[in-house]
This record gives sequence, C-alpha cells and structure tokens, in this order.
Amino acid sequence: MEKPSDLLLDIQHLHTGFRLKGKFYDAVDDVSLTLRKNEILAIVGESGSGKSTLASSIIGLYDQKNTRVRGDILFNELNLVGLNESLFNRIRGKEIGMIFQDPLAALNPLMRIGAQIEETLYYHTKLNEKERKTRVLELLDQVGIPDPVRISRQYPHELSGGMRQRVIIAIAIADKPSILLADEPTTALDVTIQAQILDLLKDIQDETSAGIILITHDLGVVSETADRVAVMYAGQIVEVAPVDELFTNPLHPYTRSLLESMPQTDVDDEELHVIEGTVPSLDKMMTDGCRFAPRIPWIDATSHEEEPILHEVSPGHEVRCTCYRDFYFKN
Amino acid sequence: MWKTILRRVLVMIPQIIILSILIFFLAKMMPGDPFTGLIDPKMDVNTIAKLKQEYGLNDAPWVQYLNWVKNLFRGDLGMSYTQHMSVTSLIGDRAQNTFWLSLVTIILSYLFAIPMGIIAGRYKDKWPDQTIRIFNYITFAIPGFVAYVLALWLFGYLLNWFPTTGTVSVSVAPGIFNYILDRAHHIILPALVAALISTTTTVQYLRTGIIDNQVEDYVRTARSKGVPERVVFNKHILRNSLLPITAFIGNVIGALLGGAVMIETVFSYPGMGKLFMESISQRDYPVLTALILMFGILAIVGNLISDIVMTIVDPRIRVK
Repeated sequence: MEKPSDLLLDIQHLHTGFRLKGKFYDAVDDVSLTLRKNEILAIVGESGSGKSTLASSIIGLYDQKNTRVRGDILFNELNLVGLNESLFNRIRGKEIGMIFQDPLAALNPLMRIGAQIEETLYYHTKLNEKERKTRVLELLDQVGIPDPVRISRQYPHELSGGMRQRVIIAIAIADKPSILLADEPTTALDVTIQAQILDLLKDIQDETSAGIILITHDLGVVSETADRVAVMYAGQIVEVAPVDELFTNPLHPYTRSLLESMPQTDVDDEELHVIEGTVPSLDKMMTDGCRFAPRIPWIDATSHEEEPILHEVSPGHEVRCTCYRDFYFKN
Repeated sequence: MWKTILRRVLVMIPQIIILSILIFFLAKMMPGDPFTGLIDPKMDVNTIAKLKQEYGLNDAPWVQYLNWVKNLFRGDLGMSYTQHMSVTSLIGDRAQNTFWLSLVTIILSYLFAIPMGIIAGRYKDKWPDQTIRIFNYITFAIPGFVAYVLALWLFGYLLNWFPTTGTVSVSVAPGIFNYILDRAHHIILPALVAALISTTTTVQYLRTGIIDNQVEDYVRTARSKGVPERVVFNKHILRNSLLPITAFIGNVIGALLGGAVMIETVFSYPGMGKLFMESISQRDYPVLTALILMFGILAIVGNLISDIVMTIVDPRIRVK
C-alpha cells in the first residue's frame, strides 16, 4: 500500500444529476474512486455511461442551474463539490488540467496558439510577460512541437489535428497541475497520432508525477497506458481493477462483454461480439436492481442482488452485483 | 493579411468596370438626349444634327463609353438638365450631407444594438431578453416612412425639440463651434430614428452568437484554465460573436444608402437620397446616372470594408 500522502483525489459517493423536465436524474450515481500520484486511472464505458459527466464534475464545469452534484470530491482536504467559483478558478488550470476530445473545437479560432497557452500562465503564475512567452516556447517544445517560435504565432486552423492536441496538452500542463483529466484525448485522431499522444501523456507523467484520469471507450488505449481501470455502466462503477488483473481476469458481465467485443487481429473472419440492447436514456434508467440485467436476459434473475454493491474479490479488484458468478455468454 | 486585402482591392476593379458599363448603357437606353427638352424648341433640325455630331453622340457606343469614362476621371459627370450646373458640384455638397447623416446613424445604431445584443444573449429568455425582443419586433415591423413621419410630427412640430428641415439653420450664430452644433442638431433626429429601427439584425446576430458560443468547446477550455467568467465572456464568447456583425457591415452601408432616399425626403434633408428622388421626378438623367454610379460604387466599397474588417478579425479567411 502506498503512503496516504500520495492520495490526490478522493471521490466519495458522488451523484451528478441533470434536470430533465423539472426532475433530476443522476448521470453519475454513487461513484467512489481515488486517484494517486503517478497513477493513470482509466475510466471506460460506452456513450452515456456517465464517464464524461464524472470528469466535468471533478473540474466543476457544468451548467450550474440544471445540474445537481452531491457527495464529496476531496482534493487536499478541500471539497470541490459546492466550491465557490472564484476559489475553483484558482484550482482549475493550476491544480487540475483538462485535455479535451476534439482538438479543433477546443481551441479558440481567433487567438494565436501562444496567447491561448499564455492565458493560463497569466492567471496562475507570477511570471511577467517576457517570462510567460519563454515558458510558452518551453511548453511547446515539451509537447514535441517543432519550431515553437513559429507555431506560437500561428492560429489553430493552421495546425494538424495531432499538433492541436499537443497544444491542448501544453495548455493543460502549463501550470504543472497535479491532476490531469483527459477526456477521450485520442478519439478524434488517427491511429498513428493516437500512439504518439499516449506516449506524450506518459512522458509528461514521468516528468511531473501527476495523476491522470483517462476517460476512454477504447480498451486498446487502456491496456497500453493505464495502471488501474474503472468500468462504468449507466452511471455506476461496475468493476475496478489493476489493468493486468482486469484484462486477465475480468469478472463483471459488462466488462467481459466489452472485452469480447474487441476486434482480435489474430482471429480471422470471426464476427464481433455485440452486446444486446443499448444503455437506457437518463430518464428511463432503473434505480434499483442490477442495471446491466436487461442486457443479459438469459441470466437467471436470482443471480442478481437486489441492491447491487461492490464486492472486493481480491485486493484492489471490486465488482458490482453477484451476477458475475453465474454469467456465461449466450453463444 | 496584406496579401488578402490587396487581392480583395484588386477584385473591386472589374466590379466597378462592369457597374459603369451597365449604368452607361442603361442610361443610353433611356429616351431623350441632351438636345431634347433642354434646347429652344424652335431650333433647326440640322443644327441639332450638327451639335449631335460635335458632341460625339453619333459615335460608336463604345467610343462614347470611353469618352464618358475619360470625363469621369476628370471629375466631369456632365451637366444637370434642371439645375444648370455641373453634376459634380451638385452632388458634392449633397454627398457630404449624406455621409455625415449615415455616419451618425451607423454609430448610433451600433451603440444601441451591441449592448442590446449582449444583454439579450446573456439573459436569454429572461425578462431583459424578452423586453429587447419586443422592442425589436416593434421597430422591425414599423415601416421607415411611418417612423420618420411620426418622429418628425412629434419631436419636430409638436414638441419643437428638433428642426424639421435642412442641414443647418439660416440664423446660425457665427463661429465654427456653433455651426457644428447646429448641424448636429439637424442630424440627430433623423439619425436617431433610423438607428432605432435598424438594430434588429445586429441584435439578433449578436444574441444568437453569444448563445451558440457559450457552449463551444473552446469556451470550456478557457474555463478549464481557470479564467474568470467575466473574462471568458468578454475575451472568448463576445469577441467570437462579433464576427458575423463585422461581416454584415457592407450590407448595413448599402441599406443606409437605400434608406437615405426615404429619410432625406421626409426630413427635407438635402443629401444624395433626396437628390435622387428629385432627379427621378424631374427626369434629370445625368444626375440620376451619376447618383446610381455613386450608390453602386459605395455598395462595392461597403463590401470591401466588411471584407477587410473580416480579414483583420478572422485569421481563418486570410490567404497564405
């Protein structure tokens, strides 16, 4: 076990609900997670599983009026839930950096690259203008951008997708935050660029020993980069495990189905596994019983718990509900 | 950036040439020539034929066109049929009057529209937005001539706050300062009314821009940097929302010139619009031709201005 001081983020019973027609529905439902220094924690799940909502809850970027956040997100004994805006603005960028999915949309089209990176330095450091400019060039160099002087004077549309994502990363790491949230950082990029960006993230972690939360639906990305994995389904964590454990001994039916759906390069002309059904929409989400049960109807109802909880099956490996014990693939 | 602007200016040349050809030949197609109507009806037919020959009216059309263009460059737009003075000097003063009226109108219009657009966008569907929306429905729906006549009657005749005709009082006290003040007094009412009924487009563009940009990813990036919300709004949301408005400046200038015809007629303001109406009713073709050419060129220049402003504010449209 690591020292407790390594703990960066302690999320306890987080509920994030959105208002739909006057009622709140929890897109993140009772999520408890921890993030430690030097750790890459992957959060996996399909669209609508609540993984991005989890990230926006951590960094406090959501529509205040139509979102209800309950529970605790403890960062250095500071609870980020309900933190006032001006205090949160001192943490955003400074302590928590965020990397976004679509690198073109995430940069202001009317601002030079250098100015967009400099903006975060302006608010979080005491550097003067000249020092900030120097730091911008350092950062561009650090994220592997050739000719930083020229690039810093360019506009986002003049850069390729991979370059833009490097700029986004430069913005996120500019103030050396201890936590990096990466929300599908490679989804919009082609495969060769994906690998480069993931390598870059790992390099940055080696240098800064930041804790990284990597949100993705790509299990390939997870196996290459993550230390620990949390699998989310319908707003809940269904399984948490160290990465090797998860890939060698997946337990929850959802995790197993996800792994089964991965294309195998060594097996020819085998049809891909498809998980029946879809994630229910927020207002139709069941609030009791095993939420994955409707998608594995061939499993006997008595296998599920009435109030599914996370069971620790081995140190650091937890799985929700008891249905994993009786689960088998239909074919 | 300079390359884009230079290229854009060069594009204007063929546009103006085409415009001038169009106007010249349209004018040629109009019935009559300088020797009909102007001249003593008892004049000998042979003399008229001789004069026509002398003035080059029997030349091939393209020769006549080139002569016309040559005279244009010399600032010679011909003689007015009715005023018996050169078109150039006739238009000169009038153009200046219209310029000042339009400039004040544009400034006032943006002065009203931009804050309204910002408030409407920021407080979407709340009472400030709804109040502004009602205001815009009303001003958009009121035809210009109704608004102008109403304002003239109310503030000119009934309340006597503003002069009702002209650009400057006959009785103006000496001194440049008094002169400017008096001219401003004449301009303010027409400009104010014209500005108030022309805000709708700008307000709507700005409101929509702000609402759309608020949820853009780059705004979220700015917030994730810990930039205070006030700065996020001014630097990221507002700046990007002003783009469509700059693109629209050309149209605004065009619309102003069209509007000048009505507003100057109602307010008896001696500008190009009023001159245009007069020269139509009096069939003063040389003046009409010159005015149409000027309106055309101004529309082209208006579009040039918005394109140049766009090039300055939006790096994406610059040519490499």
